[in-house]
Amino acid sequence: MNDLKQSGINKFKNNLKDLRNSFLRSFIREGKPINDLSRAAVMANNFFLHVQGAKTHVNTLRPGYTLGLGLISLYLLLITVITGVLLMIFYNPSIENAYNTIKDINYVVFTGRLVRNMHKWAGEGMIISVMLHMARVFYTSSYKKGREFNWVIGIVLLILTLGINLSGYMLPWDQLSYWALVIVANIIQSPKEVTDVLGITKYFDMGGFSKELFLGGLTAGKESLTRVYLLHIMLLPLILFIFLGVHFWRIRKDGGLTKPEAFELKESDTRYISGPERKTEVFSTNKTYGLMELVKTRTPAVSRDIENNLLSWPNLILAETAVFFLTLAIVMVYSFYIDAPLRELANPLIPENPAKAPWYFLGLQELLSYSAFMGGVGLPGLALLGLALIPYLDREPQHIGIWFSGKKGRYIALESLVVGTFVLVGLLAIVIKFGWFRTWWPDVPQLLIILINPGNIWVGFMIMWSLFVIKRTDSTRMGAIALFTMFLLSYVILTYVGTELRGPNWGFYWYKSQWPVH
Amino acid sequence: MSSKNRDKTEISRRDFLGLASLWAAVLPAIAFLGGMFRMVKPNVRYEESTRFKIGTVENFPVGITKKLEDKKVFIFSTDEGLHAISSICTHLGCIVNITEWGFQCPCHGSRYNQNGKVIAGPAPRNLSWHEISQDIDGSLVIDAAKDVPPGTIFKLKA
Ligand code: HEM
Ligand code: FES
Repeated sequence: MNDLKQSGINKFKNNLKDLRNSFLRSFIREGKPINDLSRAAVMANNFFLHVQGAKTHVNTLRPGYTLGLGLISLYLLLITVITGVLLMIFYNPSIENAYNTIKDINYVVFTGRLVRNMHKWAGEGMIISVMLHMARVFYTSSYKKGREFNWVIGIVLLILTLGINLSGYMLPWDQLSYWALVIVANIIQSPKEVTDVLGITKYFDMGGFSKELFLGGLTAGKESLTRVYLLHIMLLPLILFIFLGVHFWRIRKDGGLTKPEAFELKESDTRYISGPERKTEVFSTNKTYGLMELVKTRTPAVSRDIENNLLSWPNLILAETAVFFLTLAIVMVYSFYIDAPLRELANPLIPENPAKAPWYFLGLQELLSYSAFMGGVGLPGLALLGLALIPYLDREPQHIGIWFSGKKGRYIALESLVVGTFVLVGLLAIVIKFGWFRTWWPDVPQLLIILINPGNIWVGFMIMWSLFVIKRTDSTRMGAIALFTMFLLSYVILTYVGTELRGPNWGFYWYKSQWPVH
Repeated sequence: MSSKNRDKTEISRRDFLGLASLWAAVLPAIAFLGGMFRMVKPNVRYEESTRFKIGTVENFPVGITKKLEDKKVFIFSTDEGLHAISSICTHLGCIVNITEWGFQCPCHGSRYNQNGKVIAGPAPRNLSWHEISQDIDGSLVIDAAKDVPPGTIFKLKA
């Protein structure tokens, strides 16, 4: 009405005056989050927030439950993406220039070194946080009740995280990069070890073929760098983001994170939550749930446990923001003091001695030093398959959301830790002190080594021990705890041995200072 | 329709068209994927040739051992003739060093004796012996892609 009377110029003036507000209203449609209704709306209407529910269970908010590890992984990923794009501005993926451009980034580009360090440490930090996140999910039985497939997706995310880190390691084209590339290419080729033994390499050289696809040729060279670069900046991240989207979407569809069946608020919870201003305003009985009733999956618990579901804004958002800045701060401080390594330019003639893979694969390299095929393909494949199948082989529905499934699980985990440490360290001691078949009988056929080597014996032991635990406790969950604990344990011990105790010629040394000079 | 005069293998027109169009869609999809996969395998390699000349016999007086670093091969000259042993470790491709007793790999500790036979460590195969031949101009040629059985000595023509 009023509008009609106004002159065009006046309308324009008023619109101009109102510009700030009308723009904000169009952008944040629900207005300021000043009451519970608008707080819920903010979560539902924002593209980036709506992947999370309008309400979050107190159990999810407890820092001691998730330890924030999934979030930390996500934030580290974001940091690598941003710093990665910055690095791409200067990096040139050719064997002539790659090394020099990295040197420029380190020594010439403004804040280049800090950005490179952050990219490196956030990326490698992801390996640690993703592994710990997996351990959290495992020990709280969070892979059950519809979450089986999300666990499998998680394993894919873990593999991608490792793959992206490894391909990035090869980009500087220094000695570390080049020899890691050569070694990885030969691991890819290692099925040849088996086809050789079977005498069918001539007709079916799967190893050689895969290696050629990976390197873009028969030897590591400029074609290989192009391919590794492509994997690092494009293919693997793209797949990672797709799987991550599904990962998050599934968490939401599963009704948020797991929580114990019998949940009770604790006094300490009030320290980090703020309660609703008026109960059940949003989820009152008058509210229609629309889509939620049609979609046949677990929806956020609507009527059950309602008093323990708090508004995500501000409870969850505050916590998430805090974790983000904490993560960023740690990465920045660490990167400020510790530099990412850069050795001499790649030299195809002289391998480093010892030539070591990046630390997260040194456990594998230890296994590789027994048999290339079993250490590089057979055992890791088996381990990943075993991890992926855990939710399908242990389906006991009790104790979900409880750390270690209670006292008994804690005991089993501790027991496996102690037993596993003794067996694995004992086995390694034998290998280091006395060698293996070939040291004793130089003419031993390769097949025998592929079949019987310390790596296989250890994996066999883990499986036998877990079966024994299942038999003793009558519980598949306890068997899973034993197996998973030993898996983590072997990763840590083997990585430690490979990193700290192996020197030139892969010989054993207690300290680096004992390495022979040459 | 009467089913009397049809035998069992006959299918209706509707099914036939359905199946035909299904396969008409599936086959190109398979061909497309296969082509995509095959494209990744390079047809041209920008690498050095595996065949290379190492000079004439005079360069290799009896008793000498030469390491051709960039070619990744050791050349041994003995009373009987010449032989070439690859310096690429058969485990994961590091370059082996020569020692008094044979070859030692720095990466995971594989050892080979003087004939390149594995004596310790994870290496699955012996070091390769490369073929040596003589070109028309008299220079010696090694082909790293052609292996010969260990113990094959290239006899010098008198
Ligand atoms: C790039 C790597 C990954 C990222 C960024 C990521 C992120 C997340 C986030 C943010 C959550 C929410 C809860 C929390 O923070 O703990 C979560 C939950 C979950 N993650 Fe991951 N994750 C990753 C890898 C994995 C891996 C390796 C596994 C297991 C093999 C896994 C399995 C799960 C499962 C089953 C849940 C649901 C837990 C529950 O219901 O309590 N994720 N993930
Ligand atoms: S590459 Fe020679 S022992 Fe592994």
